Amino acid sequence: MLVPAALAFAFLVLPLLALVLRAPWRTLPAELFGPEVGPALRLSLISASAATVICLVLGVPLAWVLARATFPGRRMVRALVTVPLVLPPVVGGVALLLLLGRRGLIGQYLDGWFGLTLPFSTAAVVIAETFVAMPFLVIAVEGALRGADRRFEDAAATLGASRWMTFRRVTLPLIAPGVTAGAVLCFARALGEFGATITFAGSFPGVTRTMPVAVYLALETDPPAAIALSLVLLVVSVAVLASLRDRWITGSTT
Amino acid sequence: MTNGMPRLGLLALASGLALGLAACGADNTEQGTDGSSAAEPSVSEQPAFEGDVVVLAAASLTESFSQLGADFQAENPGVTVIFSFGASSALAQQVVSGAPGDLFASASPTTMATVTDAGLARGEPVVFVRSRLQIAVPAGNPGGITGLADFADADLTIALCAEEVPCGAAAAKAFAAAGITPAPDTLEQDVKAALTKVELGEVDAALVYRTDVRAAADTVEGINFPESGDAINDYPIVLLADAPNAEAAQAFLDYVLSDGGLQVLADAGFETG
Repeated sequence: MLVPAALAFAFLVLPLLALVLRAPWRTLPAELFGPEVGPALRLSLISASAATVICLVLGVPLAWVLARATFPGRRMVRALVTVPLVLPPVVGGVALLLLLGRRGLIGQYLDGWFGLTLPFSTAAVVIAETFVAMPFLVIAVEGALRGADRRFEDAAATLGASRWMTFRRVTLPLIAPGVTAGAVLCFARALGEFGATITFAGSFPGVTRTMPVAVYLALETDPPAAIALSLVLLVVSVAVLASLRDRWITGSTT
Repeated sequence: MTNGMPRLGLLALASGLALGLAACGADNTEQGTDGSSAAEPSVSEQPAFEGDVVVLAAASLTESFSQLGADFQAENPGVTVIFSFGASSALAQQVVSGAPGDLFASASPTTMATVTDAGLARGEPVVFVRSRLQIAVPAGNPGGITGLADFADADLTIALCAEEVPCGAAAAKAFAAAGITPAPDTLEQDVKAALTKVELGEVDAALVYRTDVRAAADTVEGINFPESGDAINDYPIVLLADAPNAEAAQAFLDYVLSDGGLQVLADAGFETG
């Protein structure tokens, strides 16, 4: 039991160790303040944050419906919601193009009526990231809602609180750790998004070239720069996890 | 589906084989074929070749090399030619990182140099074809593109290859020659990705190779432009130093360089000779 466990641990940790050990530490400052990293990191953080906010605003109500409401086809809806979770992201990107692209199902009307084209814009990056990340939030929040004690909500309702009041003052604080955990997962997934982004949004410095896309491109011509970029992404990811670790652990133990 | 399964199996077997053989490749290097004249055409009289030949080739060679591979397999039933198509720069980096392969065909001498500088090539690369850039527009030319100057129009949606990959480097040369500053909306990671954006109608124009336009003739129209003469890409091909199946790979290389092989490439829109 211990040997496979140690193997699994090594398998997960050694690649990251290699990344750290092989990093071009001497030229790292130059790479980090080069023209590539700044715009890509800024774009990644902004778009991942925007995607997380959209996921929260739309995903929490969806999770609430899935956990609390009973309607025909609920299982089907839940299954469909989780599809992007297992779908190869590139397929998601193609699907988004076919829906929202300039000749897409909806995109052609956006273009024809409003002159609005989504692909190759920062908005497209946010949409791609939201598409792949939202299921993480919905699953986490739905789990938290199912685990929450409904008697508190019932008590609030009998004391005359409206549905919205109950949700805001009772349910939401109860499931806060679950929402936080979901948001963190959501943010991390959005930050690492590559396939759907490069397919749907393309790659242009400062507009759609996020960190993972920049890493991929740099690896072809300038591996040290790619390692430097990867290192930044690793640090950001670990920092996000670490900053929310306490709350997350509280969430899983209460 | 019934067709796909055995192929998948073969691929898995092939990559396993290639990995296994790569380990002992170093011992076999003394029988290197460095000096042999690469232009000798006939292969059919040779003793039968066997095994898999793994060819890493530029994305723009997809159609012509697939054709050549099928023809070669028909003549040499014992051989399976397996292709990995992608951006030359990505493939070169894969070779440097130890990807098993027998042949490397690149879309530019610069990316080929990545491999030869690392001492991973056997002999000197041979330039076997050249390719010219062409403007690709969706069928019907919705953007009304007429020439290279339209690429500076910020109102049009334009896809170019990233300058890191050969088609992007060639495009930069063409724009420099024409004195035009392009206003692209996306910089794609290889030429086929740029072409796909045109095929889907997501961009008004892209700069790709003439061969790519020809390969997508159903959905894409090509527009020639005079400055393309300033950005002609040389395509070098070379046998890799750690080639697990050097003999069969050399035979395939000879086949590509034979008159029949070059004809296939010429039909695809490449400039030969």
